[in-house]
Amino acid sequence: MANVLVFAETRANALRKVALEVVTAARALADATGGGEVHALVAGTSGVGGVAQQLGQYGADVVVVVEHPSYANFDRESVAATIAARAKSASYRAVLMGFSAQGRDLGPRVAAKLDAPIASDVTEIQSSGDSLVVKHPAYANKVIATLEATGPLAVVSVRPSAVTAAQAARAAKTETMQPASDPSQSRVVVKEIAEGGKGKIDLGEAPIIVSGGRGLKSAENFKLVEDLAAAFGNAAVGATRAVTDDGWRPHSDQIGQTGRQVSPQLYVAVGISGAIQHLAGMRTSKTIVAINKDKEAPIFKVADYGIVGDVLEVVPALTQAVKEAKASH
Amino acid sequence: MKIAVCIKRTPDSESRFKIGSSGASIDEAGLKFDIDDFASYAIEVALQLNEKQGPSASHQGTPGETVVIAVGPDLVQETLRKAMSMGADRAVQLKADTIPYDGLAVAKALAAELKSGGYDLVLFGKHAFDTSNGVVGTATAELLGIPCVTAATKLEISNGRGVARRELEGAAEIVEFPLPAAVTIDEGIARPRYPSLKNIMAAKKKPLETKPAQLGDVRVTVKKMELPPDRPPGRIIGEGVAAVPELVRLLQTEAKIL
Repeated sequence: MANVLVFAETRANALRKVALEVVTAARALADATGGGEVHALVAGTSGVGGVAQQLGQYGADVVVVVEHPSYANFDRESVAATIAARAKSASYRAVLMGFSAQGRDLGPRVAAKLDAPIASDVTEIQSSGDSLVVKHPAYANKVIATLEATGPLAVVSVRPSAVTAAQAARAAKTETMQPASDPSQSRVVVKEIAEGGKGKIDLGEAPIIVSGGRGLKSAENFKLVEDLAAAFGNAAVGATRAVTDDGWRPHSDQIGQTGRQVSPQLYVAVGISGAIQHLAGMRTSKTIVAINKDKEAPIFKVADYGIVGDVLEVVPALTQAVKEAKASH
Repeated sequence: MKIAVCIKRTPDSESRFKIGSSGASIDEAGLKFDIDDFASYAIEVALQLNEKQGPSASHQGTPGETVVIAVGPDLVQETLRKAMSMGADRAVQLKADTIPYDGLAVAKALAAELKSGGYDLVLFGKHAFDTSNGVVGTATAELLGIPCVTAATKLEISNGRGVARRELEGAAEIVEFPLPAAVTIDEGIARPRYPSLKNIMAAKKKPLETKPAQLGDVRVTVKKMELPPDRPPGRIIGEGVAAVPELVRLLQTEAKIL
Protein backbone atom coordinates (compact mmCIF):
# COMPACT_ATOMS: atom_id res chain seq x y z
CA MET A 1 0.00 0.00 0.00
CA ALA A 2 1.64 3.17 -1.13
CA ASN A 3 0.56 6.72 -1.77
CA VAL A 4 1.22 8.52 -5.04
CA LEU A 5 1.71 12.27 -5.44
CA VAL A 6 0.55 13.91 -8.67
CA PHE A 7 1.34 17.35 -10.01
CA ALA A 8 -2.02 18.26 -11.60
CA GLU A 9 -1.25 20.85 -14.25
CA THR A 10 -3.49 23.88 -14.66
CA ARG A 11 -3.56 26.85 -16.96
CA ALA A 12 -5.51 29.94 -15.90
CA ASN A 13 -6.71 27.91 -12.88
CA ALA A 14 -8.36 25.27 -15.10
CA LEU A 15 -7.12 21.69 -15.25
CA ARG A 16 -5.39 20.62 -18.41
CA LYS A 17 -6.45 17.35 -20.03
CA VAL A 18 -3.14 15.74 -19.14
CA ALA A 19 -3.77 16.38 -15.43
CA LEU A 20 -6.75 14.02 -15.40
CA GLU A 21 -4.80 11.44 -17.40
CA VAL A 22 -2.01 11.52 -14.82
CA VAL A 23 -4.47 11.27 -11.93
CA THR A 24 -5.94 8.20 -13.66
CA ALA A 25 -2.45 6.67 -13.98
CA ALA A 26 -1.74 7.47 -10.33
CA ARG A 27 -5.04 5.91 -9.23
CA ALA A 28 -4.15 2.68 -11.04
CA LEU A 29 -0.66 2.66 -9.53
CA ALA A 30 -1.91 3.33 -5.99
CA ASP A 31 -4.58 0.61 -6.35
CA ALA A 32 -2.00 -1.85 -7.69
CA THR A 33 0.09 -1.40 -4.56
CA GLY A 34 -2.84 -2.50 -2.43
CA GLY A 35 -4.96 0.61 -2.07
CA GLY A 36 -2.78 3.65 -1.43
CA GLU A 37 -4.02 7.21 -1.72
CA VAL A 38 -3.62 9.62 -4.62
CA HIS A 39 -2.66 13.13 -3.57
CA ALA A 40 -2.93 15.76 -6.30
CA LEU A 41 -1.05 19.04 -5.95
CA VAL A 42 -2.34 22.06 -7.85
CA ALA A 43 -0.51 25.38 -8.10
CA GLY A 44 -2.16 28.55 -9.33
CA THR A 45 -3.55 31.89 -8.32
CA SER A 46 -6.35 32.48 -5.83
CA GLY A 47 -9.23 30.10 -6.60
CA VAL A 48 -7.25 27.26 -8.19
CA GLY A 49 -8.58 25.03 -5.41
CA GLY A 50 -11.86 25.05 -7.34
CA VAL A 51 -10.51 22.19 -9.45
CA ALA A 52 -10.48 19.88 -6.40
CA GLN A 53 -13.90 18.40 -7.08
CA GLN A 54 -12.97 17.47 -10.64
CA LEU A 55 -9.73 15.85 -9.41
CA GLY A 56 -11.82 13.86 -6.94
CA GLN A 57 -14.04 12.56 -9.71
CA TYR A 58 -10.95 11.06 -11.36
CA GLY A 59 -9.55 9.48 -8.22
CA ALA A 60 -7.77 12.03 -6.02
CA ASP A 61 -8.17 11.25 -2.30
CA VAL A 62 -6.44 14.47 -1.26
CA VAL A 63 -5.96 17.73 -3.17
CA VAL A 64 -3.08 19.91 -2.04
CA VAL A 65 -3.85 23.49 -3.04
CA VAL A 66 -0.98 25.94 -3.44
CA GLU A 67 -2.13 29.45 -4.25
CA HIS A 68 0.07 32.46 -4.92
CA PRO A 69 -0.45 35.62 -7.01
CA SER A 70 2.88 34.95 -8.77
CA TYR A 71 1.61 31.60 -10.05
CA ALA A 72 -0.33 33.38 -12.81
CA ASN A 73 2.59 32.36 -15.02
CA PHE A 74 4.61 29.16 -14.76
CA ASP A 75 7.06 29.59 -11.87
CA ARG A 76 9.21 26.52 -12.52
CA GLU A 77 11.59 27.09 -9.60
CA SER A 78 9.00 27.67 -6.90
CA VAL A 79 6.62 24.96 -8.13
CA ALA A 80 9.43 22.38 -8.37
CA ALA A 81 10.54 23.24 -4.83
CA THR A 82 6.95 22.93 -3.60
CA ILE A 83 6.37 19.53 -5.23
CA ALA A 84 9.67 18.27 -3.78
CA ALA A 85 8.81 19.60 -0.32
CA ARG A 86 5.44 17.86 -0.37
CA ALA A 87 7.06 14.64 -1.60
CA LYS A 88 9.51 14.76 1.31
CA SER A 89 6.84 15.57 3.90
CA ALA A 90 5.19 12.15 3.66
CA SER A 91 5.93 8.72 2.34
CA TYR A 92 5.18 8.53 -1.37
CA ARG A 93 5.94 5.70 -3.76
CA ALA A 94 6.09 7.99 -6.78
CA VAL A 95 5.66 11.55 -7.99
CA LEU A 96 3.76 11.69 -11.29
CA MET A 97 3.26 14.51 -13.77
CA GLY A 98 2.54 14.89 -17.47
CA PHE A 99 5.31 15.00 -20.07
CA SER A 100 4.01 18.39 -21.15
CA ALA A 101 5.88 21.69 -21.54
CA GLN A 102 5.52 22.19 -17.78
CA GLY A 103 6.00 18.60 -16.67
CA ARG A 104 9.07 17.92 -18.77
CA ASP A 105 10.64 20.99 -17.16
CA LEU A 106 9.59 20.14 -13.60
CA GLY A 107 10.35 16.41 -13.56
CA PRO A 108 14.16 16.55 -13.63
CA ARG A 109 14.18 19.43 -11.14
CA VAL A 110 12.06 17.48 -8.68
CA ALA A 111 14.08 14.28 -9.22
CA ALA A 112 17.36 16.11 -8.57
CA LYS A 113 15.96 17.77 -5.43
CA LEU A 114 14.74 14.42 -4.11
CA ASP A 115 17.71 12.45 -5.43
CA ALA A 116 15.14 10.08 -6.89
CA PRO A 117 15.38 8.18 -10.18
CA ILE A 118 13.27 9.63 -13.00
CA ALA A 119 11.56 7.97 -15.94
CA SER A 120 10.35 10.39 -18.63
CA ASP A 121 7.60 10.25 -21.19
CA VAL A 122 6.16 6.90 -20.21
CA THR A 123 3.09 5.22 -21.64
CA GLU A 124 2.58 2.50 -18.97
CA ILE A 125 3.54 2.16 -15.30
CA GLN A 126 3.61 -1.00 -13.24
CA SER A 127 4.71 -1.60 -9.70
CA SER A 128 6.98 -4.59 -9.27
CA GLY A 129 8.35 -5.10 -5.77
CA ASP A 130 10.83 -2.33 -5.06
CA SER A 131 10.77 -1.16 -8.65
CA LEU A 132 8.55 0.69 -11.02
CA VAL A 133 8.56 -0.83 -14.48
CA VAL A 134 7.59 1.58 -17.26
CA LYS A 135 7.29 1.62 -21.03
CA HIS A 136 9.01 4.53 -22.74
CA PRO A 137 9.09 5.21 -26.47
CA ALA A 138 12.72 5.96 -27.31
CA TYR A 139 14.63 6.68 -30.53
CA ALA A 140 11.83 9.05 -31.52
CA ASN A 141 9.15 6.36 -31.13
CA LYS A 142 11.04 3.83 -33.24
CA VAL A 143 11.89 1.63 -30.25
CA ILE A 144 9.84 0.87 -27.14
CA ALA A 145 12.03 0.56 -24.07
CA THR A 146 10.92 -1.19 -20.90
CA LEU A 147 12.74 0.52 -18.04
CA GLU A 148 13.07 -0.31 -14.38
CA ALA A 149 13.44 2.46 -11.81
CA THR A 150 14.61 1.11 -8.47
CA GLY A 151 14.29 2.71 -5.06
CA PRO A 152 11.55 3.69 -2.62
CA LEU A 153 10.60 6.87 -4.52
CA ALA A 154 10.66 7.62 -8.24
CA VAL A 155 9.59 10.53 -10.44
CA VAL A 156 7.63 9.57 -13.55
CA SER A 157 6.31 11.80 -16.33
CA VAL A 158 3.45 10.40 -18.38
CA ARG A 159 3.05 10.97 -22.11
CA PRO A 160 -0.04 13.07 -22.91
CA SER A 161 -2.89 11.00 -24.43
CA ALA A 162 -1.15 7.71 -23.54
CA VAL A 163 -3.61 7.13 -20.69
CA THR A 164 -7.35 7.65 -21.07
CA ALA A 165 -8.74 9.65 -18.17
CA ALA A 166 -11.27 7.50 -16.28
CA GLN A 167 -13.65 8.47 -13.50
CA ALA A 168 -13.10 6.90 -10.08
CA ALA A 169 -14.85 9.07 -7.51
CA ARG A 170 -12.90 9.85 -4.35
CA ALA A 171 -13.27 12.32 -1.50
CA ALA A 172 -10.74 14.93 -2.68
CA LYS A 173 -10.14 16.24 0.82
CA THR A 174 -8.57 19.68 0.39
CA GLU A 175 -5.40 20.77 2.14
CA THR A 176 -3.64 24.06 1.61
CA MET A 177 0.10 24.49 1.36
CA GLN A 178 2.36 27.52 1.05
CA PRO A 179 4.95 27.68 -1.74
CA ALA A 180 8.12 26.00 -0.47
CA SER A 181 10.23 28.71 -2.05
CA ASP A 182 9.22 32.35 -2.25
CA PRO A 183 8.25 33.12 -5.86
CA SER A 184 9.94 36.53 -5.54
CA GLN A 185 13.22 34.62 -5.21
CA SER A 186 12.76 32.71 -8.48
CA ARG A 187 15.54 33.53 -10.92
CA VAL A 188 13.81 32.46 -14.13
CA VAL A 189 10.98 34.95 -14.61
CA VAL A 190 8.28 34.98 -17.30
CA LYS A 191 8.27 38.39 -18.99
CA GLU A 192 5.64 37.76 -21.60
CA ILE A 193 3.33 35.09 -22.98
CA ALA A 194 3.12 35.04 -26.76
CA GLU A 195 -0.24 33.48 -27.52
CA GLY A 196 -0.49 31.03 -30.36
CA GLY A 197 -3.82 32.36 -31.60
CA LYS A 198 -7.18 32.61 -29.89
CA GLY A 199 -9.05 29.40 -29.30
CA LYS A 200 -6.32 27.36 -30.93
CA ILE A 201 -6.54 23.67 -30.01
CA ASP A 202 -3.21 22.25 -28.92
CA LEU A 203 -1.68 19.51 -31.09
CA GLY A 204 -1.19 17.28 -28.04
CA GLU A 205 -4.85 17.46 -27.06
CA ALA A 206 -6.69 17.64 -30.39
CA PRO A 207 -8.67 14.51 -31.33
CA ILE A 208 -8.14 15.41 -35.01
CA ILE A 209 -5.06 16.91 -36.64
CA VAL A 210 -4.91 18.17 -40.21
CA SER A 211 -1.31 18.57 -41.25
CA GLY A 212 0.27 20.07 -44.35
CA GLY A 213 3.51 19.51 -46.24
CA ARG A 214 5.44 20.86 -49.20
CA GLY A 215 2.82 19.42 -51.55
CA LEU A 216 0.71 22.48 -50.75
CA LYS A 217 3.24 24.46 -52.82
CA SER A 218 2.92 27.74 -50.90
CA ALA A 219 2.29 29.19 -47.46
CA GLU A 220 -0.95 30.74 -48.75
CA ASN A 221 -2.35 27.31 -49.62
CA PHE A 222 -2.21 26.39 -45.94
CA LYS A 223 -5.60 28.08 -45.85
CA LEU A 224 -6.95 24.82 -47.32
CA VAL A 225 -5.58 22.89 -44.34
CA GLU A 226 -7.04 25.43 -41.91
CA ASP A 227 -10.40 25.29 -43.65
CA LEU A 228 -10.50 21.49 -43.43
CA ALA A 229 -9.54 21.66 -39.73
CA ALA A 230 -12.32 24.21 -39.18
CA ALA A 231 -14.82 21.95 -40.96
CA PHE A 232 -14.02 19.10 -38.55
CA GLY A 233 -14.47 21.62 -35.74
CA ASN A 234 -12.27 19.91 -33.14
CA ALA A 235 -9.06 19.79 -35.15
CA ALA A 236 -5.61 21.34 -34.79
CA VAL A 237 -3.28 22.25 -37.64
CA GLY A 238 0.17 20.69 -37.93
CA ALA A 239 3.00 20.84 -40.43
CA THR A 240 6.09 19.00 -41.61
CA ARG A 241 9.63 20.02 -40.84
CA ALA A 242 10.21 21.18 -44.42
CA VAL A 243 7.30 23.58 -44.08
CA THR A 244 8.38 24.99 -40.71
CA ASP A 245 11.99 25.27 -41.88
CA ASP A 246 10.74 27.34 -44.80
CA GLY A 247 8.80 29.58 -42.44
CA TRP A 248 5.36 28.72 -43.85
CA ARG A 249 4.30 27.78 -40.34
CA PRO A 250 5.84 28.38 -36.88
CA HIS A 251 8.23 25.74 -35.52
CA SER A 252 5.77 24.99 -32.73
CA ASP A 253 3.44 23.44 -35.36
CA GLN A 254 6.01 20.90 -36.48
CA ILE A 255 5.05 17.25 -36.15
CA GLY A 256 7.88 14.75 -36.38
CA GLN A 257 10.90 13.33 -34.74
CA THR A 258 12.29 16.71 -33.73
CA GLY A 259 8.92 18.35 -33.28
CA ARG A 260 5.73 17.27 -31.57
CA GLN A 261 4.83 13.61 -31.31
CA VAL A 262 1.10 13.13 -31.56
CA SER A 263 -1.45 10.32 -31.40
CA PRO A 264 -4.83 11.78 -32.39
CA GLN A 265 -7.93 9.78 -33.30
CA LEU A 266 -7.59 11.04 -36.86
CA TYR A 267 -4.53 12.40 -38.65
CA VAL A 268 -5.05 13.90 -42.11
CA ALA A 269 -1.77 14.29 -44.03
CA VAL A 270 -2.15 16.81 -46.84
CA GLY A 271 0.62 16.99 -49.42
CA ILE A 272 3.00 15.12 -47.11
CA SER A 273 5.34 12.57 -48.67
CA GLY A 274 5.97 10.74 -45.37
CA ALA A 275 9.67 11.12 -44.61
CA ILE A 276 10.83 8.95 -41.71
CA GLN A 277 11.33 12.13 -39.69
CA HIS A 278 7.64 12.96 -40.08
CA LEU A 279 6.30 9.43 -39.60
CA ALA A 280 8.12 9.26 -36.25
CA GLY A 281 5.83 12.00 -34.99
CA MET A 282 2.44 10.67 -36.10
CA ARG A 283 2.57 6.96 -36.85
CA THR A 284 0.80 6.09 -33.60
CA SER A 285 -2.31 8.03 -34.70
CA LYS A 286 -5.43 5.84 -34.62
CA THR A 287 -6.59 6.53 -38.16
CA ILE A 288 -4.41 8.11 -40.85
CA VAL A 289 -5.73 9.73 -44.03
CA ALA A 290 -3.25 10.79 -46.73
CA ILE A 291 -3.83 12.93 -49.78
CA ASN A 292 -0.87 13.19 -52.12
CA LYS A 293 -0.33 13.35 -55.88
CA ASP A 294 2.49 10.77 -55.86
CA LYS A 295 1.05 7.28 -55.41
CA GLU A 296 4.53 5.97 -54.50
CA ALA A 297 4.85 8.40 -51.56
CA PRO A 298 5.78 6.54 -48.32
CA ILE A 299 2.87 8.16 -46.47
CA PHE A 300 0.54 5.72 -48.33
CA LYS A 301 2.30 2.80 -46.60
CA VAL A 302 0.90 3.93 -43.24
CA ALA A 303 -2.34 5.57 -44.40
CA ASP A 304 -5.54 3.69 -43.57
CA TYR A 305 -7.25 5.69 -46.29
CA GLY A 306 -5.19 7.18 -49.11
CA ILE A 307 -6.36 9.39 -51.96
CA VAL A 308 -4.01 9.93 -54.89
CA GLY A 309 -4.66 13.37 -56.30
CA ASP A 310 -3.97 17.08 -56.38
CA VAL A 311 -4.39 18.44 -52.86
CA LEU A 312 -5.52 21.80 -54.24
CA GLU A 313 -8.59 20.03 -55.71
CA VAL A 314 -9.20 17.16 -53.27
CA VAL A 315 -8.91 19.13 -50.02
CA PRO A 316 -11.57 21.76 -50.81
CA ALA A 317 -13.90 18.96 -51.93
CA LEU A 318 -13.24 17.08 -48.70
CA THR A 319 -13.82 20.24 -46.66
CA GLN A 320 -17.20 20.67 -48.33
CA ALA A 321 -18.11 17.00 -47.81
CA VAL A 322 -17.13 17.13 -44.12
CA LYS A 323 -19.28 20.25 -43.64
CA GLU A 324 -22.23 18.48 -45.25
CA ALA A 325 -21.70 15.34 -43.16
CA LYS A 326 -21.57 17.45 -39.99
CA ALA A 327 -24.68 19.41 -41.00
CA SER A 328 -26.69 16.22 -41.60
CA HIS A 329 -26.21 14.99 -38.03
CA MET B 1 31.89 34.15 -22.28
CA LYS B 2 33.02 30.81 -21.04
CA ILE B 3 30.45 28.36 -22.36
CA ALA B 4 30.25 24.61 -21.81
CA VAL B 5 28.22 22.51 -24.21
CA CYS B 6 27.33 19.00 -23.04
CA ILE B 7 26.93 16.76 -26.06
CA LYS B 8 26.05 13.15 -26.85
CA ARG B 9 26.96 10.68 -29.56
CA THR B 10 23.79 9.15 -30.98
CA PRO B 11 22.91 7.08 -34.05
CA ASP B 12 21.62 8.72 -37.21
CA SER B 13 17.96 9.32 -36.53
CA GLU B 14 16.96 8.34 -40.06
CA SER B 15 18.22 4.78 -39.51
CA ARG B 16 16.10 1.67 -39.45
CA PHE B 17 16.67 0.05 -36.10
CA LYS B 18 16.93 -3.57 -35.10
CA ILE B 19 16.98 -4.98 -31.59
CA GLY B 20 20.30 -6.43 -30.43
CA SER B 21 20.73 -10.03 -29.31
CA SER B 22 20.49 -9.08 -25.62
CA GLY B 23 16.94 -7.88 -26.22
CA ALA B 24 17.73 -4.82 -24.13
CA SER B 25 19.54 -2.61 -26.65
CA ILE B 26 19.49 -1.77 -30.31
CA ASP B 27 21.81 -3.53 -32.74
CA GLU B 28 24.46 -0.91 -33.45
CA ALA B 29 26.04 -2.79 -36.37
CA GLY B 30 26.07 -0.66 -39.49
CA LEU B 31 24.63 2.44 -37.82
CA LYS B 32 26.21 5.83 -38.39
CA PHE B 33 26.81 7.89 -35.25
CA ASP B 34 27.28 11.63 -34.93
CA ILE B 35 26.64 14.53 -32.57
CA ASP B 36 23.02 14.38 -31.48
CA ASP B 37 20.89 16.86 -33.46
CA PHE B 38 19.83 18.98 -30.49
CA ALA B 39 23.38 19.01 -29.10
CA SER B 40 24.63 20.23 -32.49
CA TYR B 41 22.20 23.17 -32.28
CA ALA B 42 23.58 23.90 -28.80
CA ILE B 43 27.15 23.94 -30.15
CA GLU B 44 26.12 26.35 -32.89
CA VAL B 45 24.41 28.64 -30.37
CA ALA B 46 27.56 28.66 -28.21
CA LEU B 47 29.83 29.45 -31.16
CA GLN B 48 27.59 32.27 -32.34
CA LEU B 49 27.35 33.77 -28.85
CA ASN B 50 31.13 33.75 -28.48
CA GLU B 51 31.67 35.15 -31.97
CA LYS B 52 29.24 37.97 -31.20
CA GLN B 53 30.22 38.67 -27.61
CA GLY B 54 33.97 38.44 -27.59
CA PRO B 55 35.53 38.86 -24.15
CA SER B 56 33.54 37.64 -21.19
CA ALA B 57 31.82 40.17 -19.00
CA SER B 58 32.70 38.11 -15.96
CA HIS B 59 36.20 37.33 -17.18
CA GLN B 60 37.36 40.79 -18.27
CA GLY B 61 40.02 40.69 -20.92
CA THR B 62 39.90 36.95 -21.54
CA PRO B 63 38.51 35.75 -24.85
CA GLY B 64 35.38 33.66 -25.00
CA GLU B 65 35.85 29.95 -24.77
CA THR B 66 33.61 27.09 -25.87
CA VAL B 67 34.26 23.76 -24.13
CA VAL B 68 32.48 20.58 -25.22
CA ILE B 69 31.91 17.78 -22.72
CA ALA B 70 30.64 14.24 -23.30
CA VAL B 71 30.14 11.24 -21.04
CA GLY B 72 30.94 7.88 -22.57
CA PRO B 73 33.50 5.39 -23.89
CA ASP B 74 36.43 6.37 -26.11
CA LEU B 75 34.13 6.39 -29.14
CA VAL B 76 32.85 9.78 -27.94
CA GLN B 77 36.27 11.28 -28.67
CA GLU B 78 35.34 11.27 -32.35
CA THR B 79 32.18 13.20 -31.47
CA LEU B 80 34.15 15.70 -29.40
CA ARG B 81 36.66 16.18 -32.27
CA LYS B 82 33.78 16.87 -34.61
CA ALA B 83 32.52 19.54 -32.21
CA MET B 84 35.99 21.07 -32.13
CA SER B 85 36.10 21.02 -35.92
CA MET B 86 32.93 23.14 -35.81
CA GLY B 87 34.83 25.61 -33.66
CA ALA B 88 34.81 24.51 -30.01
CA ASP B 89 38.13 25.33 -28.34
CA ARG B 90 38.69 22.23 -26.23
CA ALA B 91 36.98 19.07 -25.07
CA VAL B 92 36.52 16.92 -21.99
CA GLN B 93 35.61 13.23 -22.11
CA LEU B 94 34.11 11.90 -18.90
CA LYS B 95 34.98 8.30 -19.42
CA ALA B 96 32.42 5.58 -18.73
CA ASP B 97 32.12 2.16 -20.38
CA THR B 98 28.51 2.80 -21.21
CA ILE B 99 26.19 5.79 -20.92
CA PRO B 100 23.50 4.83 -18.43
CA TYR B 101 19.82 5.35 -19.20
CA ASP B 102 19.58 7.07 -15.82
CA GLY B 103 19.63 10.80 -16.61
CA LEU B 104 20.27 11.80 -13.00
CA ALA B 105 23.38 9.60 -12.87
CA VAL B 106 24.75 11.31 -15.99
CA ALA B 107 23.83 14.71 -14.56
CA LYS B 108 25.87 13.96 -11.46
CA ALA B 109 28.95 13.23 -13.57
CA LEU B 110 28.49 16.44 -15.56
CA ALA B 111 27.81 18.56 -12.47
CA ALA B 112 31.00 17.24 -10.84
CA GLU B 113 32.98 18.39 -13.88
CA LEU B 114 31.18 21.72 -14.36
CA LYS B 115 30.97 22.96 -10.78
CA SER B 116 34.49 24.41 -10.55
CA GLY B 117 34.73 25.36 -14.24
CA GLY B 118 33.69 29.00 -13.91
CA TYR B 119 31.24 28.77 -16.82
CA ASP B 120 28.93 31.68 -17.58
CA LEU B 121 26.60 29.45 -19.55
CA VAL B 122 26.09 25.69 -19.84
CA LEU B 123 24.17 24.49 -22.89
CA PHE B 124 22.55 21.12 -23.66
CA GLY B 125 20.26 19.72 -26.32
CA LYS B 126 16.67 19.58 -25.05
CA HIS B 127 16.94 15.80 -25.17
CA ALA B 128 19.01 13.17 -26.92
CA PHE B 129 17.48 11.21 -29.77
CA ASP B 130 18.32 7.79 -28.36
CA THR B 131 17.11 7.93 -24.77
CA SER B 132 14.55 10.69 -25.46
CA ASN B 133 14.46 11.51 -21.74
CA GLY B 134 15.10 15.25 -21.55
CA VAL B 135 16.48 14.90 -18.03
CA VAL B 136 20.23 15.51 -18.09
CA GLY B 137 20.38 19.26 -18.77
CA THR B 138 17.77 20.34 -16.25
CA ALA B 139 18.96 17.93 -13.57
CA THR B 140 22.57 19.08 -14.03
CA ALA B 141 21.50 22.72 -13.57
CA GLU B 142 19.55 21.76 -10.45
CA LEU B 143 22.57 19.96 -8.99
CA LEU B 144 24.73 23.01 -9.76
CA GLY B 145 22.11 25.31 -8.24
CA ILE B 146 22.00 27.58 -11.31
CA PRO B 147 18.90 28.84 -13.13
CA CYS B 148 17.75 26.72 -16.04
CA VAL B 149 15.56 27.35 -19.06
CA THR B 150 14.46 24.27 -20.96
CA ALA B 151 13.74 23.83 -24.68
CA ALA B 152 14.69 27.35 -25.76
CA THR B 153 13.89 28.29 -29.35
CA LYS B 154 15.55 31.72 -29.01
CA LEU B 155 18.35 32.87 -26.75
CA GLU B 156 19.94 36.27 -26.29
CA ILE B 157 22.59 37.14 -23.73
CA SER B 158 23.61 40.66 -22.72
CA ASN B 159 25.04 42.27 -19.59
CA GLY B 160 25.08 39.08 -17.60
CA ARG B 161 21.43 38.26 -18.27
CA GLY B 162 19.68 35.97 -20.69
CA VAL B 163 16.33 36.16 -22.44
CA ALA B 164 14.90 32.98 -23.95
CA ARG B 165 11.77 31.91 -25.76
CA ARG B 166 10.18 28.60 -24.91
CA GLU B 167 7.28 26.99 -26.75
CA LEU B 168 4.27 25.90 -24.72
CA GLU B 169 1.23 24.02 -25.92
CA GLY B 170 -0.48 26.62 -28.11
CA ALA B 171 1.61 29.56 -26.83
CA ALA B 172 5.17 30.57 -26.00
CA GLU B 173 6.76 32.19 -22.97
CA ILE B 174 9.56 34.73 -22.97
CA VAL B 175 11.68 34.29 -19.84
CA GLU B 176 14.54 36.26 -18.33
CA PHE B 177 17.27 34.93 -16.07
CA PRO B 178 20.66 35.87 -14.62
CA LEU B 179 23.97 34.18 -15.51
CA PRO B 180 25.54 31.81 -14.76
CA ALA B 181 22.76 29.64 -16.10
CA ALA B 182 21.95 26.50 -18.04
CA VAL B 183 19.81 26.41 -21.17
CA THR B 184 18.58 23.36 -23.08
CA ILE B 185 18.21 24.01 -26.78
CA ASP B 186 15.25 23.13 -29.00
CA GLU B 187 15.11 22.96 -32.77
CA GLY B 188 14.74 26.08 -34.90
CA ILE B 189 17.25 28.21 -33.03
CA ALA B 190 20.30 27.83 -35.31
CA ARG B 191 21.50 25.64 -38.17
CA PRO B 192 24.72 23.88 -37.21
CA ARG B 193 27.67 24.84 -39.42
CA TYR B 194 29.67 22.36 -41.47
CA PRO B 195 33.30 22.14 -40.40
CA SER B 196 35.78 23.48 -42.97
CA LEU B 197 38.75 21.33 -43.97
CA LYS B 198 41.02 23.83 -42.25
CA ASN B 199 39.05 23.54 -39.03
CA ILE B 200 38.99 19.74 -39.25
CA MET B 201 42.79 19.80 -39.39
CA ALA B 202 43.00 22.35 -36.57
CA ALA B 203 40.66 20.26 -34.38
CA LYS B 204 43.15 17.40 -34.35
CA LYS B 205 45.53 19.59 -32.35
CA LYS B 206 43.01 21.00 -29.92
CA PRO B 207 43.17 19.69 -26.33
CA LEU B 208 40.98 16.73 -25.42
CA GLU B 209 41.17 15.79 -21.79
CA THR B 210 39.93 12.45 -20.45
CA LYS B 211 38.78 11.93 -16.86
CA PRO B 212 36.73 9.23 -15.17
CA ALA B 213 32.99 9.96 -15.07
CA GLN B 214 31.72 10.26 -11.51
CA LEU B 215 28.35 8.74 -12.25
CA GLY B 216 25.97 8.45 -9.36
CA ASP B 217 24.14 5.23 -8.55
CA VAL B 218 22.47 3.92 -11.69
CA ARG B 219 18.85 3.35 -10.72
CA VAL B 220 17.13 3.41 -14.11
CA THR B 221 18.02 0.43 -16.28
CA VAL B 222 16.75 -1.08 -19.51
CA LYS B 223 14.92 -4.38 -19.12
CA LYS B 224 13.84 -4.78 -22.70
CA MET B 225 13.76 -3.03 -26.06
CA GLU B 226 11.32 -3.89 -28.80
CA LEU B 227 10.13 -2.45 -32.06
CA PRO B 228 6.66 -0.92 -32.01
CA PRO B 229 3.91 -2.98 -33.63
CA ASP B 230 3.58 -2.37 -37.35
CA ARG B 231 0.56 -0.51 -38.62
CA PRO B 232 -1.66 -2.49 -40.94
CA PRO B 233 -0.51 -1.96 -44.54
CA GLY B 234 -1.72 1.25 -46.14
CA ARG B 235 -4.68 1.31 -48.50
CA ILE B 236 -5.34 3.67 -51.39
CA ILE B 237 -9.10 4.09 -51.69
CA GLY B 238 -9.23 6.10 -54.90
CA GLU B 239 -8.04 8.96 -57.04
CA GLY B 240 -8.86 12.65 -57.03
CA VAL B 241 -12.08 14.39 -56.03
CA ALA B 242 -14.08 11.30 -57.04
CA ALA B 243 -12.70 9.43 -54.00
CA VAL B 244 -13.94 12.01 -51.48
CA PRO B 245 -17.43 10.51 -50.88
CA GLU B 246 -15.89 7.08 -50.21
CA LEU B 247 -13.45 8.66 -47.74
CA VAL B 248 -16.26 10.40 -45.89
CA ARG B 249 -18.24 7.15 -45.79
CA LEU B 250 -15.26 5.25 -44.33
CA LEU B 251 -14.63 7.98 -41.74
CA GLN B 252 -18.27 7.68 -40.69
CA THR B 253 -18.83 3.94 -40.78
CA GLU B 254 -15.43 2.32 -40.31
CA ALA B 255 -13.28 4.82 -38.38
CA LYS B 256 -16.39 6.33 -36.72
CA ILE B 257 -14.70 9.68 -36.34
CA LEU B 258 -17.06 11.86 -38.33
